[in-house]
Amino acid sequence: MNALLFNSTLVIYAVATALYLSFLVKTKPLLGRAGHLTLAVGFLVHCAFTLERYVEAGHTPITNLHESLSFFSLAVVGIYLLCESRYKVYILGSFVTPLALLILAVSATFSGVIAPLNPALKSKWLLVHTSMAFLGYAAFAISFGASIMYLIQTHFLKKRRLGPLFQKLPPLDMLDEISYRCLTFGFPLLTFAIISGAIWAETAWGTYWSWDPKETWSLITWFIYAALLHGRLTTGWRGRKAAMLSILGFMIMLFTFLGVNLLLPGLHSYK
Amino acid sequence: MNIIVVGLSHKTAGVEIREKVAFAPTQMEKPLNAVVALPDITEAVIVSTCNRVEIYATTRDIAGGMARLKRFLSDYHHIPLETLESHLYSYHGEEATRHVFRVASSLDSMVVGEPQILGQIKTSYGYAAEYKSSGLILNRFLHKAFSVAKRVRTETKIASSAVSVAFAAVELAKKIFGDLSDKTVLLIGAGEMCELAAKHFINTGVRGVLVTNRTYERAEKLAEEFDAKAIRFEDLLDHLPKADIILSSTGAPHFILHEKEVEDVLKRRRMKPMFFIDIAVPRDIDPKVNNVENAYLYTVDDLNGVVATNLEGRKIEAAKAEAIVEQEIGQFFKWLSSLEVTPTIVALRTRFDDLRKAELAKTLSGWKDLPPGAEKKLEALTNAYMNKLLHQPTSVLKRTDPGNRNDLYVDALRNLFDLEAGTPQDGIVELEE
Repeated sequence: MNALLFNSTLVIYAVATALYLSFLVKTKPLLGRAGHLTLAVGFLVHCAFTLERYVEAGHTPITNLHESLSFFSLAVVGIYLLCESRYKVYILGSFVTPLALLILAVSATFSGVIAPLNPALKSKWLLVHTSMAFLGYAAFAISFGASIMYLIQTHFLKKRRLGPLFQKLPPLDMLDEISYRCLTFGFPLLTFAIISGAIWAETAWGTYWSWDPKETWSLITWFIYAALLHGRLTTGWRGRKAAMLSILGFMIMLFTFLGVNLLLPGLHSYK
Repeated sequence: MNIIVVGLSHKTAGVEIREKVAFAPTQMEKPLNAVVALPDITEAVIVSTCNRVEIYATTRDIAGGMARLKRFLSDYHHIPLETLESHLYSYHGEEATRHVFRVASSLDSMVVGEPQILGQIKTSYGYAAEYKSSGLILNRFLHKAFSVAKRVRTETKIASSAVSVAFAAVELAKKIFGDLSDKTVLLIGAGEMCELAAKHFINTGVRGVLVTNRTYERAEKLAEEFDAKAIRFEDLLDHLPKADIILSSTGAPHFILHEKEVEDVLKRRRMKPMFFIDIAVPRDIDPKVNNVENAYLYTVDDLNGVVATNLEGRKIEAAKAEAIVEQEIGQFFKWLSSLEVTPTIVALRTRFDDLRKAELAKTLSGWKDLPPGAEKKLEALTNAYMNKLLHQPTSVLKRTDPGNRNDLYVDALRNLFDLEAGTPQDGIVELEE
């Protein structure tokens, strides 16, 4: 049952991605709406999968790479759907759904067998700490997508190459705002994830902070986004500079999430 | 009678010259009277817009008339003729007609197809009509120009191209800012295209409009027209951070905005994007401004590239418009040449002679017992009678002393006796303004 829901989600996301990508090259509004609907259906199936797994496992299903990648993908799609209903720009989906699909596909490469819970994770903090972290990551992912679109748009505008893709992408200011809003949404979540993690670490490991690679890299990620938000509020970092920093932040964040888990041994290396 | 044109335009003179040569629209009586008072100049119309100053006149002496008009412009505006001369163009005959038809049809405008020039020429003609400086020939000439412009506007898509440049500017601004309702537009300088673009922005709905000009009074005047706020040119940099969209068309010979200043302004507005539209030739804004973070610089040519209609399409429209102009030149000249004295006298004589012969033939054919030699005598009698009738009008027509308006007599004769000519009523259109 669980595998069926997971595979269905994967297929539906693949269809949604195909629709969004064809919307990017073909000027048919129908494709965008179809992509949106398909993605919404996929999101519901994905939610069902996550809930079903929660019930079956008896704990928050964010304990290994298979589960956390899947939840990351779910969060990306969820926040994207929120964004889409707010800004009515289907074209953002052409940049975000491939990412969600990719994350879920990577998740599929890890074993989906429900394993007994690592005793260290047996805590009420598991749900709060992990879901906040991944919702934050997801918000950064949307910001990343909007930032890439911003760089494309600003390139077209500067070079005065105003082709069909330029016509299709949303206005610069809107992309800038989406990117910024997602950061203001994701940054507090990341902050709370780090704080809740520290509190949890104190109860589980006896110390708030142990310079575990995950902690270190999370802090680096936090500083990058903090710098970006600070720069924006004080000297008005926006546009291309902000977009590039957001992209950099997302890269570091991905490393914090995956690189640390897979490459650097530490307390957080859950596979 | 010959039509001559003397003038200068954005193609031959910078704004600093154009400004000096411009005539105030409220005080046209004096210059118009002065021009028609010149020796050998019979009719005159003065067209003065921000992009061109031209005098249309009729004269018997082409070279002399042109020289007098040039001298008049120089004297009236106190500019040495040596300075002015290199900026002036002069046309006569067919070339003059072509020039004026093209100007009225907006084919000679800075932005080809812009709609304001026709109204401006109509207004200028209105003054000439009011002060009676234009007469038979220029009346017909300008009415013809108006009808040509109308044909060009309705039969080609040339007008849509200018509008679409302004439209493209608005569309592009929307691609940068999304919603324009909280954006401010700044107009630097004045000009047909600039104002057209400003109007499009106002129609779309912007928060506010600022206007500046080297002469503050002109800025104020324009500000009134657009319900905008006038600012002093010296304070431009202080106000620049408030502007999101900048339309510039001053006649400055050098850049008025540089990279460094724009960089500074962007910092002061916390890097919020700015959209510069440089309409001026030569350019007002240093092209390097486009390299400044969050500043986007477009010229009219760039905007032309944005306009969906391809270049090929516009070339075809322009060619169509030129063809209309050529066709109408032919028609107008048919009428103008009919005002020549000699062919008129010939036509008049032919007309009378034809009538005489027809009546004579009718009389003779019903006369059975005609005495020998009577036919010859009747022939001589009618001939002498006709010659006596025609002698006085012919000699008046042939007089060349100044002040003799034989073009008027010719036109009257052609109408009264229905002589072969350009159809008199053709080309007369109602003045719209």
